[in-house]
Amino acid sequence: MATIVEPTIFELSSPGRLGVTMPASDVPATALPPKNLLRSELPLPELAEVDVVRHYTRLSKFNYSVDDGFYPLGSCTMKYNPKINEDTCRLPGFLYTHPLQPIETVQGNLVLMYELQEWLKEISGFAGITLQPAAGAHGEFTGVLMMAAYHKSRNDTKRTKMLIPDAAHGTNPASAGMLGMSVVTIPSDERGNVDLKALEAACDDTVVGMMLTNPNTLGMFDEHIEKVVELVHKCGGLMYGDGANLNALLGIVRPGDVGFDVMHINLHKTFSVPHGGGGPGSGPVGVSKRLVDFLPSPLVGIVEEGDDEMEPLYGFITPKQSIGRMKAFHGHFGGGLVRAYTYISMHGPNGLKDISQYAVLNANYLQARLRGTYKIPYDRICMHEFVAEGAFEGSDVRALDIAKRLMDYNFHPPTNYFPLIVHEALMIEPTETENKDTLDRFADALIKIAEEARSQPELLHDAPHTTKFGRMDEVKAARELVLCCWLPENYESMR
Amino acid sequence: MKIPSSLKYTKSDEWFDPASGAVGITDFAQSQLSDIVFVELLVEEGEQVTVGKAIASVESVKASAEIYAPAAGKVSAVNKGLSDKPETLNSDPFGEGWMIKIAGGTTGDVMDSAAYEKDCAGRAH
Repeated sequence: MATIVEPTIFELSSPGRLGVTMPASDVPATALPPKNLLRSELPLPELAEVDVVRHYTRLSKFNYSVDDGFYPLGSCTMKYNPKINEDTCRLPGFLYTHPLQPIETVQGNLVLMYELQEWLKEISGFAGITLQPAAGAHGEFTGVLMMAAYHKSRNDTKRTKMLIPDAAHGTNPASAGMLGMSVVTIPSDERGNVDLKALEAACDDTVVGMMLTNPNTLGMFDEHIEKVVELVHKCGGLMYGDGANLNALLGIVRPGDVGFDVMHINLHKTFSVPHGGGGPGSGPVGVSKRLVDFLPSPLVGIVEEGDDEMEPLYGFITPKQSIGRMKAFHGHFGGGLVRAYTYISMHGPNGLKDISQYAVLNANYLQARLRGTYKIPYDRICMHEFVAEGAFEGSDVRALDIAKRLMDYNFHPPTNYFPLIVHEALMIEPTETENKDTLDRFADALIKIAEEARSQPELLHDAPHTTKFGRMDEVKAARELVLCCWLPENYESMR
Repeated sequence: MKIPSSLKYTKSDEWFDPASGAVGITDFAQSQLSDIVFVELLVEEGEQVTVGKAIASVESVKASAEIYAPAAGKVSAVNKGLSDKPETLNSDPFGEGWMIKIAGGTTGDVMDSAAYEKDCAGRAH
């Protein structure tokens, strides 16, 4: 049984204790808002600064991050985040600027954004890029809005269906659904490709387009990608690419060249911007030529050409049929754009290609080491990730048990129960940043766990054993949703 | 695993009772989903449904799933208490766990219990 080793900040609170002493007000007091707008009680915790710092420092030690160890969370690309990014995004010239400053005073920021747009175009093969979207799903929504705007501009109004393979990311149907489109699921074939017959049958003049993750969540590059693009284009649909798995393709395949019309790029995956608890993310969107006029406003561009004596003036431009703003300002500038710019400039074209080659090599090495111990349902050369089955013949051990047991070996578990088309899925993405020793230790742990599943299954059912807390009651947590800061004893009276 | 012989079954693991018009998810479906933590019925009494229309959304700790109408017709009753007790789908999928009733329902592509048992065996691991 796990014991509570850290009280909540509310339990640490003591009435009247202070962190800061407020100085006397030097402005005149004004009347409070009307009574019906005031809350009678706001239970903020009362603590001294030192107690707050110690509380959060203790909590942070319970955590596991990519700075602690291997983090093979499939399709999340939890690569190491180089610390030089932290230096550059804190440079005072970037840090102390405001989005409403006159453009003449923030030329450095604008040049960085302009160059990042150009670099992402070059990497992805697209004709235009917006840096605004806050993260991946926001990028998807932005992309699907542009697809809808494109069809509308042509008075092609009967298109309401979005085709989405069953090996897609779960956010894809959500993004299409948010725009009121109906989602048609396209099955995968036995090699993990889009089932071409099913796709062909679904293609008609009511199709907005297709949202395809390539490589998909099985880590498989679609062997008929050109045929898929051709079928969708032939019926008048547009191809959306989910760029979450771009880490497999840098310098090798450009989605724009393959015929994709839109794609979001997760700077917080492929381009080393922290994510998960370390966010925020950043989800620029690239588009093909026929969609550039629909890009969100504003883009960064040259507003006055320079000459021998004058640098060009960078500023904001609005595409002709823009869908409008997707964010109040210019995207996650310091947190996302400066870090990604740093990462790309540190690596250069050849370095970026190395990244993808090592990411793919590492995944294939792990897959090869686990083959024979774990069933690999779609067993062929994988890209940057692969999916194993976390279950064994004649054993009641499940993927969740294996994932939890990995924590005892000091590894973050891989993604589990996704993609849905694999029974008891364990989706493993090592990324390029891990050396062979780490990969071997991880493979050894998984092989050892497979043995334990046969000899001591209860060890897995009760795992983890070495973490601060043992197995969480996920069912209780999901069934009894209490998502607020009110103490349990006050909960009923406060809600 | 229970597969009552009086019911009809779909490939997507819904059951349909031709006698009462009741619809739910099968024992196999609930065991695959594991602990169900959320149910939302997407149709109301009196509404017309077509075969394949999403009638409910179910979430477990493992996955979420849409439940589709196995028959067309008018919704004559909905199991209102179900959303407060999603665990009923695990404990009694063919009884208290019924979701809606479709009056005079015309079924789509359904199987009898023997065919469904075979279908499940082909998918089980």
